[in-house]
Amino acid sequence: MRRAALLLVLLVASAAAPAAAIAKDCPQTTLGDIEDEVMCPVCGTPLGVASEAPQAQRERAYIERLIAQCKSKDDVKKALVAEFGDRVLALPGDEGDTSVGDVLVYVVPALGILLAAAGIGVTWVRWRRSRRDGGGPGTLATADGARLEDDMERYDL
Amino acid sequence: MRRLLSPVPIAVLAVLAALVALLAYGLVQNEPDRSVDQAIEAGKRADAPKLSLPELGGTRQISLDDYRGKVVVLNFWASWCKPCRDESPVLERWHRRLQDRGGTVIGVDMLDVTGDALDFARNYKLTYPMMKDKDGHGIETFGVVQYPETFVIDRGGSIAAVQRGPVDERFMRTQVEPLL
Repeated sequence: MRRAALLLVLLVASAAAPAAAIAKDCPQTTLGDIEDEVMCPVCGTPLGVASEAPQAQRERAYIERLIAQCKSKDDVKKALVAEFGDRVLALPGDEGDTSVGDVLVYVVPALGILLAAAGIGVTWVRWRRSRRDGGGPGTLATADGARLEDDMERYDL
Repeated sequence: MRRLLSPVPIAVLAVLAALVALLAYGLVQNEPDRSVDQAIEAGKRADAPKLSLPELGGTRQISLDDYRGKVVVLNFWASWCKPCRDESPVLERWHRRLQDRGGTVIGVDMLDVTGDALDFARNYKLTYPMMKDKDGHGIETFGVVQYPETFVIDRGGSIAAVQRGPVDERFMRTQVEPLL
């Protein structure tokens, strides 16, 4: 009897071990983690933005079903690509083969920000220089200033 | 004038001009293609674009060319679209009528989850061939702008009628029946 009970305990423990391992690794990702990195193809916006669209709701339900099956983020994205094609991926370069366009997406805004910063810097330096040289608002150039001084002396009461 | 020609104002003007050009390009790109509607209004029939897509839930390829010589009612739909549900019984009824008279309905499931689309077809007992347009290729080819849309293609492969929105018995009787 005691041997049978021991056997039963061992059986339950061996069955529970893999289940515990699965439970530890599952779920591997969340809807919130994925929905900003994929598109709602019909809405033309990232899924996280398309909250009310019925197509987006279906896509979310599909992702949740995959998460419940313990799929990883990469697996979910692969399944979405199989359903909707590469255009479902919101992040440039996510398709795997990084193209020139994928690089430009990051480089062009960075260049724009740098150029804007440089423009602001140049304008600021010029403005400072003009203030230093000209003395500030209402200050006349040297020749005009001297003429004004003469005139003031002439009309001095 | 000298001040206006200095690099900073020129750069600002160039950026503004580029932004305006980008906006104009975006507006032109998003303008739906209405050439089919215009041709029909003018009493002409535009050639139907070539379309070949995988079968919904299957592996074989379905091509419009395979149906040349038949009247084809090409219906773009999706499982989450309510008007698509409303028109489904009409399409199925007409598919059965068309089969004996040299015609068919073909469904194009657009940007949809395959499982949901198959459930839809099962629930509404749809028996006509179904294509899966997973990445919107068919939408672009036919200039589809809403859900659902239906193109009636005559035996010569030209578009005889188009319905932007759900079809009903009246549309099928007036636009499909005369082609049979």
